[in-house]
Amino acid sequence: MNAPSITTSAQTQDVTKTFDLNAALKDAFKSALITFGLSIPILSFKTVQNGADLFLESRFWLSFTVTAIVFGLRLLIHAFTASRAYRQATPSPKQATELVHAQPSAFQHVSKFAIPFFLGVAVAFPVLIYFIQGGLNESRYWIDLGILILTYVMLGWGLNIVVGLAGLLDLGYVAFYAVGAYSYALLSTTFGLSFWICLPLAGILAAFWGMILGFPVLRLRGDYLAIVTLAFGEIIRLVLINWVDLTNGAAGISSIPRATFFGIPFTAGEGGFAETFGLEFNGMHRIIFLYYLILVLALVTNFVTMRLRKLPVGRAWEALREDEIACRSLGINTTNTKLTAFAIGAMFGGFAGSFFAVRQGFVSPESFNFLESAIILAIVVMGGMGSQIGVAIAAIVLVGGPEVLRNLTFLKAVFGEGFDPNEYRLLLFGLGMVAMMVWRPRGLISEREPSVILKERKAISGSLVKEGHG
Amino acid sequence: MEIFVQQLINGLTLGSIYGLIAIGYTMVFGIIGMVNFAHGDVFMLSAFIALLFFIILTTWLGVSSVALALFIVLIIAMVLTSLWGWAIERVAYRPLRGSFRLAPLISAIGVSIFLSNFVQVAQGARNKPTPPMIRDVIVLFQGESGYNVAISYKQIIIMAVTAVLLSVFWYIVQKTSLGRAQRACEQDRKMAALLGINVDRTISLTFVIGASLAAVAGTMYLLYYGVVSFADGFVPGVKAFTAAVLGGIGSLPGAVLGGLIIGLIETFWSAYFSIEYKDVAAFSILAIVLIFMPSGILGRPEVEKV
Repeated sequence: MNAPSITTSAQTQDVTKTFDLNAALKDAFKSALITFGLSIPILSFKTVQNGADLFLESRFWLSFTVTAIVFGLRLLIHAFTASRAYRQATPSPKQATELVHAQPSAFQHVSKFAIPFFLGVAVAFPVLIYFIQGGLNESRYWIDLGILILTYVMLGWGLNIVVGLAGLLDLGYVAFYAVGAYSYALLSTTFGLSFWICLPLAGILAAFWGMILGFPVLRLRGDYLAIVTLAFGEIIRLVLINWVDLTNGAAGISSIPRATFFGIPFTAGEGGFAETFGLEFNGMHRIIFLYYLILVLALVTNFVTMRLRKLPVGRAWEALREDEIACRSLGINTTNTKLTAFAIGAMFGGFAGSFFAVRQGFVSPESFNFLESAIILAIVVMGGMGSQIGVAIAAIVLVGGPEVLRNLTFLKAVFGEGFDPNEYRLLLFGLGMVAMMVWRPRGLISEREPSVILKERKAISGSLVKEGHG
Repeated sequence: MEIFVQQLINGLTLGSIYGLIAIGYTMVFGIIGMVNFAHGDVFMLSAFIALLFFIILTTWLGVSSVALALFIVLIIAMVLTSLWGWAIERVAYRPLRGSFRLAPLISAIGVSIFLSNFVQVAQGARNKPTPPMIRDVIVLFQGESGYNVAISYKQIIIMAVTAVLLSVFWYIVQKTSLGRAQRACEQDRKMAALLGINVDRTISLTFVIGASLAAVAGTMYLLYYGVVSFADGFVPGVKAFTAAVLGGIGSLPGAVLGGLIIGLIETFWSAYFSIEYKDVAAFSILAIVLIFMPSGILGRPEVEKV
């Protein structure tokens, strides 16, 4: 099961030196035919509701279009694999033979400059947008988008501790996000506690829940662990919906107090933020403050994770990911290791949740469904499990990508005026997760920074890292 | 008493549907050891296929006999859903054999998200109601309070179709060469390959069988509830998976038994406790069974290989 998967996709293809057009056409025709068969019922007919009755309208053109696209793509893939097979058949003399002792890769060279660059852009983002858009109010959309992306970066980094470092596949991470959001919402609306008191409390409560839910699943691993965490996540959501006395049910909790600048509210009047600092009042001050707040929270998450990796507990997590049985036989307490991973991952989820509540001013159970967990997991998986920068890039691509698509006017010209890429966002998510597993199961950034170094740094190719039984 | 008998009938009907879906989970888990997370959405897709072809048959082709239309719809749904099952295995799972352990599960989650959103984009997000296909009921007996205990023709059809198809597939798995190949792959895939069994083909056929049984379940679901939406795959899928685990994953009779138990628990829970928390009950059973009884009722205990 755990054979190194260096070239799983390449091995299955026949290495042919010449491009066999006939065979390629035949294969493309076959896949086109299957696609046609698949699309016949769902795509060719659409149900139209008219009063109480359903009617059908046919749109065979859609099936034919999809079939033609698959035919073309399949041909392209054949041409591509043929040319790659040709290149592999004639190896260059410089090609490295040993993967382990490869030179520091291109990624490592780039990352030296990329990380400070990304950080700089993130810090200067509101200023840049201010100058590009030419005004505070005009930049609102972009700052909001930045906040959204950073929230997902933070959630991704939090889940990365559980999935990427400890190798425990958690499908119910959104539960801790929900615990954090509801902690802040309830504590602030019932007891009037301020955000800065609630934030650590929300983290503690989420960590506590992480431990509670972590205890029963200690013995489980792999698929079963994933399914049980999924069940826990759904149970928490269903309880939030049905426990109306506490959570106000599906209607959610509204009018949650806004964030304050360390006690100074963002209001127009006396004693407000604008007046205290001698500025002209603008609602955007609060948004920019929220942006920097989530940026700091995300960076704290990253910093803590990076430091923990170098501590015994972080080493234990990674050992657990690689091989649980070996871990136990070396005397590592797997119970404590797993529980700390769950608790710390959940704590950051809780921080992010309480930030979510303070930003929205409204929480409802619908924000915390399984899909949200799947999106966060997709970010971690696509980022390359365990890679911090990869998670950040994946969050930008997955969350920011659809927003950018929405603003491209030429797409509207191609697909018609009613085209909304957001409709297709999740469709592409699903396809992306599958494609990622098939082509790059290690994620965008598949290389692991070794946590222990003997004398010199060496790159470890992702394909040589055995993924654990966790 | 009357309510009890009525709920028993309803629970067994629901349980048959869960049992049919659960077989898909249990066979796939038995043979390649993965949780086919997308199976619930394959079930939802098949309900849509059944709905579309039912409308085509009754309104466009003018088939007036509901029984004939249902029979044709069942066959078409089984064939087309099998094709989907085969294609999903070929595209999303087969390239991952030998990849790391969680890869197939993540890929399956991707397929699940893709399928439900594909149906949403293609067919719209609203519930799709059908006019009731069969209305007649048989009154079994009347209680003293005037409460009629009835079994509807729908329920009889669902239970009968389930029973017939289960025995057919039971025969296939126990007596035919395909079934033998399947059980051989389940025990030791490498050894089976060495003995000349086409492992890839056997796994594909397992997915095809699972998908076609899901199509039966989908058609029955549509017949029973008369309404389907793109989001209907997730919860029945999880419940059917619970059934498979409860019965002992890898065991065919276990899946059916588990399905019936889950169906009964759900209906009795809704009738006597609270309808709001019925899904909580299902998810809790799933967690409890996986934690405390991972080999289920009829399953073999898993041996940990080092």
